[in-house]
Amino acid sequence: MASPHPDPSSAPAAGRSPFAYAPAPESRSVVDIAPSYGLFIDGEFTEAADGKVFKTLAPATEEVLSEIAQAGEQDVERAVRAARRAFEKWSALPGAERAKYLFRIARILQERARELAVLETLDNGKPIKETRDFDVPQAAAHFFYHAGWADKLEHAGFGPAPRPLGVAAQVIPWNFPLLMLAWKIAPALATGNTVVLKPAETTPLSALFFADVCRQAGLPKGVVNIVTGDGTTGAALVAHPEVDKVAFTGSTDVGKAIARQVAGTRKKVTLELGGKGANIVFDDAPLDQAVEGIVTGIFFNQGQVCCAGSRLLVQESVADELIESLKRRLGTLRLGDPLDKNTDIGAINSAQQLAKIRELTEIGAAEGAERWSPECELPSSGYWFPPTLFTGVAQAHTVAQDEIFGPVLSVLTFRTPDEAVAKANNTPYGLSAGVWTEKGSRMLAVADRLRAGVVWANTFNKFDPTSPFGGYKESGYGREGGRHGLEAYLDV
Amino acid sequence: MSTSTPPPLADVAASDSTLRRFLHGLPGVDPVGLEARAAALGTRSIKTTAKAYAIDLAISMIDLTTLEGADTPGKVRSLAAKALRPDPSDRTAPMTAAVCVYPDMAATARAALGDADVKVASVATAFPAGRAALDVKLADVRSAIDAGADEIDMVIDRGAFLAGHYLKVYDEIRAVRAQCEGHARLKVIFETGELSTYDNIRRASWLGMLAGADFIKTSTGKVATNATPANTLLMLEAVRDFRAQTGTQVGVKPAGGIRTTKDAVKYLVLINETVGADWLDSHWFRFGASSLLNDLLMQRQKLRTGRYSGPDYVTVD
Repeated sequence: MASPHPDPSSAPAAGRSPFAYAPAPESRSVVDIAPSYGLFIDGEFTEAADGKVFKTLAPATEEVLSEIAQAGEQDVERAVRAARRAFEKWSALPGAERAKYLFRIARILQERARELAVLETLDNGKPIKETRDFDVPQAAAHFFYHAGWADKLEHAGFGPAPRPLGVAAQVIPWNFPLLMLAWKIAPALATGNTVVLKPAETTPLSALFFADVCRQAGLPKGVVNIVTGDGTTGAALVAHPEVDKVAFTGSTDVGKAIARQVAGTRKKVTLELGGKGANIVFDDAPLDQAVEGIVTGIFFNQGQVCCAGSRLLVQESVADELIESLKRRLGTLRLGDPLDKNTDIGAINSAQQLAKIRELTEIGAAEGAERWSPECELPSSGYWFPPTLFTGVAQAHTVAQDEIFGPVLSVLTFRTPDEAVAKANNTPYGLSAGVWTEKGSRMLAVADRLRAGVVWANTFNKFDPTSPFGGYKESGYGREGGRHGLEAYLDV
Repeated sequence: MSTSTPPPLADVAASDSTLRRFLHGLPGVDPVGLEARAAALGTRSIKTTAKAYAIDLAISMIDLTTLEGADTPGKVRSLAAKALRPDPSDRTAPMTAAVCVYPDMAATARAALGDADVKVASVATAFPAGRAALDVKLADVRSAIDAGADEIDMVIDRGAFLAGHYLKVYDEIRAVRAQCEGHARLKVIFETGELSTYDNIRRASWLGMLAGADFIKTSTGKVATNATPANTLLMLEAVRDFRAQTGTQVGVKPAGGIRTTKDAVKYLVLINETVGADWLDSHWFRFGASSLLNDLLMQRQKLRTGRYSGPDYVTVD
């Protein structure tokens, strides 16, 4: 299943170059993975009460990496109680004291960056280039940034003495396991809350590594608790009556279930859910950079990004030229061993996710959109999907509406700025959008009319802890990061 | 060699205004995105066989250059000898592409190189400032060709370009080009540091190619900002687009400030992933450099022996 529609007009430079890069694999021996992991409750690793376990795989090879404890209701109960006990002391600490722990954690993340990058790549399947240059540095940056806020909360604009909420139940997805953990835990601790975090079933290892970081940093027992498990663990955690705040990042379906579950309780909730981001390219755009931005927008992390620019809206007058450039560029993407430093596209996170991507792309082809992938050989084991374009897509096509969460780009065209805005907003989601134009007035006018939590101008998928992130409509509510993100963890 | 602008764009240079409209109609360049892309390609990890290939390729692409007021025939002869046999301890090291000198040294270089396939490149046209009358520049070019230069590196009139007199620049390039016809390949130097913006560099690239440049070259090496991965990436995009539109392939030469093997490999990666294998050849890509060669040779020795030697294991000239 290498190449559905090889196009000879696109010159895949990498393929026929005499300058083929020799393998440059990062050593996996820099990190030790234990054969089994327990739950991290009250500062200790412990077995699940009923002894249940599940396995975590390396998506690139399907190799079993470790056996993980599956937390049940009893374990969740213990974790929440531990967090509740710890809350009294932790919230009473002066902000500057809490900041010390956060700074310490940030520095340990930097010191152990290489271990973490390799671990995350093994467990998630994403390229080492991304874990090394994006996930781990960003995670550290979030702890640094929030450490800075810990002793300045009274100046954040939420009143003279904003108070923490209590115990935060946090459920995070598998696409950026460590980074999502940082997005959740850093602001919660900075504002004086304690946490029980459940990482995704397929990617628990970096969270368990983080538990060790917390111990190394001397974080008081019970301030951070990690319970691993599947959806039932998450549901038990969210439902626990002693939880004061629920923070969830993941699919819209689960988000809706959580919203229903906590409706009518006193729990505060923030949800970061799906998206179908529009990347709008006007005819006066810097085209070469737009091509890079489109690639970053949808092929970063194999497209498994909630704010991915999965819908390309391109002005008809430059559509042919842009699509041709894009195809040529896709021919240079390197897919394969995620531990190779030159890999651009790694493995899909799970068999389940791969099946979902396949199903949706089959529907796309059946509905009449034109499917294209560059020539690329897929490894024989593991979960792989080639970078894929759908051209000739209409709003009525499934691939223009449903979030695919994979390396699949739908290309639509438009004629006027009004049409571009109308099509961009015509989605149940509203998480991100991109605008490409050299004209500043158009940039501002269009950005102003887009109903999306983040609008990137002449760039895409840029993140910074100082910048709030969050969505409209079915993409969720609340903001993470920046001053806005603190509000979600404060009683204001 | 064709003598006129390729057909689809033949009318572009009909007047100053058509030329301006064309150049200003080229897609813009977003500096942040351009530099980010160049930096991202700079993180490619080139190891073992790929590295050995890259080192030899880079050596074969060097225009080994001496452009000093103090140049003497002796200095130029030493340089020529080095171009012919870069590493006396290892005859498998490839020759450089060319020796690049001032016009008055072209004959010396030609004589020293003999029949070997190392070109003589000469910086003519009142290098490096280009501040001379056209007939002086043309005489400069003629003297270099008469002395045996295979390649002419001309500088454009940056003042005219910045003043928006694109047709004047175009006509000058064409005049020099006519002078070179049948004798030498023409490299057109923009002095990207003085053009200052990426939009200007893209316009200059197209202007040079429309006027018939065989090569477009970043800089003279005589100003503060010379070749960078970003401006070279931009010029590679320009030659790629020019070939797509006209069928004519144009070479690229970054010059100045490329000193290490690591840097050179980054440029090769830029070629590999922007324009592909068609440009991975000394006929289409050159490094304007002098000190780069020794670093390449030291890395080459390291690959061969497994050990770093030191500056005394490569020759100084």
